[in-house]
Amino acid sequence: MEHYRLSHLDTLEAESIHIMREVAAEFQQPVLLFSGGKDSLVMLRIAEKAFRPAKFPFPVMHIDTGHNFPEVLKFRDDLIESMGEQLIVRTVEDAIKMGIAVETADGNVSRNRLQSPTLLAAIEEFKFDAAFGGGRRDEEKARAKERIFSFRDDFGQWDPKNQRPELWNIYNGRIFEGENIRVFPISNWTELDVWQYIEREKMEIPSIYFAHEREVFFRDDQWLSTGEYLVPGDNERVQKKMVRFRTIGDMVCTGAIESTCSSVAEIITEIAAFRVSERGGRADDRFSETAMEDRKKEGYF
Amino acid sequence: MNLIHDSEDNKGRSELLRFSTCGSVDDGKSTLIGRLLYDSKTLFEDQLDALERSQTLSGDQKVNLANLTDGLRAEREQGITIDVAYRYLATPKRKFIIADTPGHIQYTRNMVTGASTANLAVILIDARKGIIEQSRRHSFIASLLGIPHLVLCVNKMDLMDFKKEVFDFICDDFEKFSTRLNIKDISYIPMSALEGDNIVDLSERMPWYKGPAFLSFLENLHIVNDQNFSDPRFPVQWVIRPRSDEFHDFRAFSGKMACGVFKVGDDIISLPSGKRSRIKEILNLDQSLDLAFTPMSVAIRLEDEIDVSRGDVLVHPDHIPYVSNEIQAMICWMHETPLISGKKYFLKHLNQTSKAIIKEVVFRTDINDLTENYDAPSLGLNEIGKVKIKTQAKLVFDNYSRCRSTGSFILIDEATHATVASGMICEPVNEMPMPQYDGYVI
Repeated sequence: MEHYRLSHLDTLEAESIHIMREVAAEFQQPVLLFSGGKDSLVMLRIAEKAFRPAKFPFPVMHIDTGHNFPEVLKFRDDLIESMGEQLIVRTVEDAIKMGIAVETADGNVSRNRLQSPTLLAAIEEFKFDAAFGGGRRDEEKARAKERIFSFRDDFGQWDPKNQRPELWNIYNGRIFEGENIRVFPISNWTELDVWQYIEREKMEIPSIYFAHEREVFFRDDQWLSTGEYLVPGDNERVQKKMVRFRTIGDMVCTGAIESTCSSVAEIITEIAAFRVSERGGRADDRFSETAMEDRKKEGYF
Repeated sequence: MNLIHDSEDNKGRSELLRFSTCGSVDDGKSTLIGRLLYDSKTLFEDQLDALERSQTLSGDQKVNLANLTDGLRAEREQGITIDVAYRYLATPKRKFIIADTPGHIQYTRNMVTGASTANLAVILIDARKGIIEQSRRHSFIASLLGIPHLVLCVNKMDLMDFKKEVFDFICDDFEKFSTRLNIKDISYIPMSALEGDNIVDLSERMPWYKGPAFLSFLENLHIVNDQNFSDPRFPVQWVIRPRSDEFHDFRAFSGKMACGVFKVGDDIISLPSGKRSRIKEILNLDQSLDLAFTPMSVAIRLEDEIDVSRGDVLVHPDHIPYVSNEIQAMICWMHETPLISGKKYFLKHLNQTSKAIIKEVVFRTDINDLTENYDAPSLGLNEIGKVKIKTQAKLVFDNYSRCRSTGSFILIDEATHATVASGMICEPVNEMPMPQYDGYVI
């Protein structure tokens, strides 16, 4: 008898492609949320596999905190243009001006939290009924319990106690007007899976994932990048170091790690030996035991 | 596509095993998972720090491994698992997806959810208590959901002085019960999740046990032959039509192989229409493949311009599924509002959603002793039974026991859009004569 075995990456890829096609087929106005980070790059690759040689049946949208790494923004623009897809950018800056998002008095604080109202306003503006996000269940405890099709009410909120059961690979995408679904096609991928996939697919990634020399200072157990949005305090000494970023988010709260990795293969080796989780480098998750659950209830990705 | 060859076991090429843990409230299910993550060094330091921080706050003495998996606020407060939590574990041999599900009867629906995609059911037994009602219920659900492998983890052996007789007694008891189950492969492991005996390393305190430790069992469980590779089923999900100058006439049917294998050149029939053609090309992006097998997602191009759209299923003429709009199925009711016979629901099966009416509740199964009650008027939350359903559209399906994908469905409430039930098709209501297509008698 012949044996047919699919590797774990191919199994995960097949599941993710299936999810994307389900959304395309069942929703009127889907959108793919893109951050420039590795997880959203994997989503784009999956979308290519799901829909090429046709164009994506949805636009790509970036919610820009205004504190993004310039390298990543350039990378985003070049990539989406080369793919011939439509890019929508909505900024936290504009949301603040319109009074949708309110900045806290402390100027140094992360704008991650302000992405939620900005995103909700954009969903309203374009009447999006489904939004792909790059969230993974291995990232955080609250995410571990979230469905692949995650229902949001009229206010964009997540109710963890009242989630629709999700069985086999049958997804219930039925919603009423004003409601929407967040869809996480790579829910079942781990950080290592993502990197192995990037290597296998020979994907381009933003340069700041690789080791580079950067002016940094140490705060809250991590190396932060100096820049116009983040000013070191008097006791915080700025140093030049070889660093790279493990996740890409807001410059203000995304910590760099000391590293000499110059290739994806080296990153994979480095991660396999890591003893700190990916989000360990993000101050926004550290507020409390249930920081992520609380943010998700408010409409965060 | 990277197809695995048995000799290759390196990165990106290892196999994926999905297992569900069904356990009672305090038989140590979360502790077992926590222990696996901890001992296999899948836990990161900051996760341990956070855990220790939360222990200090709640005043516990020992690090409570269960807190690793019980992620929601309500779960931490009540000290129980409410929802299905998905956990990930990788060893050099395999990748694992763990569906950690609650054990209490009021969460039967979560248990069913976790079991739906699992290759293996892990049933935890408290060695002090033996096989109890909940163990039987979990096993029945595993059987009903078609999980091919089951392992009975006899936990808390440390509290029974690691005695062989205790273990043997429990195994015998379960063996008698399991003759009523439809699970082909059952294994037994004595352990202490709390103290780490027989989890990653074999325990020196149970030298009489000759089987593998739990992790090694997980790594070596043979799952390749569990899939149905004999009945090709390709439910069309999305039609790819670029309408560009370069791909002017390009049309491909995309979807996920639900069962079986299709090769380039194979004859196909599109059901329910009965139109016939042949496979011209199988695509994964720009790669042209010789074949596609379950669970691959691919795009298929046909030789002829036949009318095929979302909801249709491509099958092989020698392996025809059922086509009917009346089915009998085992369903698990998952909503507070009970089943109402005669009421309209949406039924989602493969890539098609149809209106459906539950004509009749045939029986309700007592999930604790597997007896059937033929006088049940309805099914309430967490109840399981057999029903007759009539759908507006024709369904193309197999028995659930033959193919999990083509034999499963969900019911959705028309008014609230809640998922109210999950179903496993047993057979059509009446054995029909095989349908005739295009003048062929199949």
